[in-house]
Amino acid sequence: MKLGELASLIRSKNAGPFMLTFDVLFPSEQAYQRVKRSGVLSIERFARIYRCPPSSVRFFACDNARAFKFSMPRPLVQGDLGDGDMHGGQQFAPLTDLEIP
Amino acid sequence: MDPEIRYVAATGAVGAGVDSGALERALEIEPHFIAADAGTTDAGPYYLGAGEAAYPREAVKRDLTLILAAGTKARIPVLIGSAGTAGADVHVDQVFGIAREIAAEFDLELPTAVIRSEQDKDYLCELMRAGRIRPLEAAPNADERTIRESARIVGMMGVEPLQKALVQGAQFILAGRCSDSALYAAMPILRGFPAGLAWHAGKVAECGTMACEGARRGVLTATIRAREALLRPVGEGLRCTPQSVAAHSLYENAHPYLHQECAGVLDLTDTVFEAVDDRTVRLAGSRFTPSGEYTVKLEGAALVGCQSIMVGGIRDPYVLRRFDTWLAEVREIIERAVARTLGLGAGDWTLIFHVYGKDAVMGALEPRADHIGHEVGIVVEATCATQDLATKAMQLARQPFLHHGVPEWLGGVTSFACLHNPAHVDRGPVYHFNLNHVALPGSPDEMFRTELLTLGGGR
Repeated sequence: MKLGELASLIRSKNAGPFMLTFDVLFPSEQAYQRVKRSGVLSIERFARIYRCPPSSVRFFACDNARAFKFSMPRPLVQGDLGDGDMHGGQQFAPLTDLEIP
Repeated sequence: MDPEIRYVAATGAVGAGVDSGALERALEIEPHFIAADAGTTDAGPYYLGAGEAAYPREAVKRDLTLILAAGTKARIPVLIGSAGTAGADVHVDQVFGIAREIAAEFDLELPTAVIRSEQDKDYLCELMRAGRIRPLEAAPNADERTIRESARIVGMMGVEPLQKALVQGAQFILAGRCSDSALYAAMPILRGFPAGLAWHAGKVAECGTMACEGARRGVLTATIRAREALLRPVGEGLRCTPQSVAAHSLYENAHPYLHQECAGVLDLTDTVFEAVDDRTVRLAGSRFTPSGEYTVKLEGAALVGCQSIMVGGIRDPYVLRRFDTWLAEVREIIERAVARTLGLGAGDWTLIFHVYGKDAVMGALEPRADHIGHEVGIVVEATCATQDLATKAMQLARQPFLHHGVPEWLGGVTSFACLHNPAHVDRGPVYHFNLNHVALPGSPDEMFRTELLTLGGGR
């Protein structure tokens, strides 16, 4: 199944003008645990998808929120010339297609 | 000490809309204060740089009218932070002007504190020379020149200036740039409630009903006691659930559990979220760990230049199948024309193509940039030192886009579908964020200026 089908919400957003943060939330404990156990979400995988050094990525599994969180520095600062997503809200899209066994 | 303190978060952003019915009903809990945040960097650097607000004046006036009316009716303080989107002095002045109109129209008379947080550049340069300005994660390089070149710099206040104003009897506090949560934490901490619960409840409350499930209209209320905080929305179909509140703690924060404030760190590692009933959530175990040093986050914006853009699309399959090459050729022709006609070389201006249908949204992060649709949209963007130059550069860009061909077609072609006439749209000045730093002032008061006055009452 794809991550987008298991999650109740996948979103990205600025965390201030210099960081991007990604949240993956689930409708049930079962779905959350399935993804957690699969190990598909990891710093290394995220760093490959978003072409950044693993050392710049932070990853959290937040059991109380049934959520995973990734944070990374913005490739372009919010609003700098060339930035195409002022609020960072559309950067999550590649995560939706991740295949979860 | 009272066993509990209660408050109402009237909206997530003054200007985004206040649910007047829900606000009125929320007064039934007999709140001790009402607060609302009015700013964010999320709107982008323009507002801080240009000194303008993101919401229309009419929307801010409507919301502020409802909030001040509710506070006056309940005879409780109203706190508004990050006035006018960016919270610089010009923004505070704009919102104060709106408040004065409201006071006159509704015959209000309120002891008021106006707290300003725009920073003096000489002062910041002194701090920088003393090593008292430090970069945060992913901060751009900054030196004294960065400070001098900024259009405006604000410092984000914590609870301390707000608390002083409350102690001095202010019933309306209008603050410049301010930690959103501090608006809600100031009075509970002042009254002796635990800082961890006060900051955490404030963090949830600051976005209004964003922390709830269900439709977004309504208001959020909080109750803080010695060992717990309760969050409860007022509004049709709105519910706070343990997951909705826990998930909101993630929103727009790089770290899910640690949140830096001026005087310390809010730590949610051991927070317990429990359902009290079908719409109320109890928080417990949130800690506030004071830092050894008092830090004030700085936000600055500086002018980049002036911009002109042109919007259009391409449907020609022959152009699209060699699109990258075609676009590189167009760029070269434009750059030559601009150099020849306006004397601008490579470092003198910036030409950017945002190609929708390819990689405009994700840029360098786009994993599918090799895919292209049956049509693409292009925003051509020129940024120069002056508007005159940017406009002329964009005028020079039109012909190359229109008439640059492909080998398959013999004869004159028109390859670019312009959306507007004139094709270019002047965007005026554009700004960028140039600081992600904290300042270490000599004292919490040093960076903020409070003016006590009476709003209304014929004045």
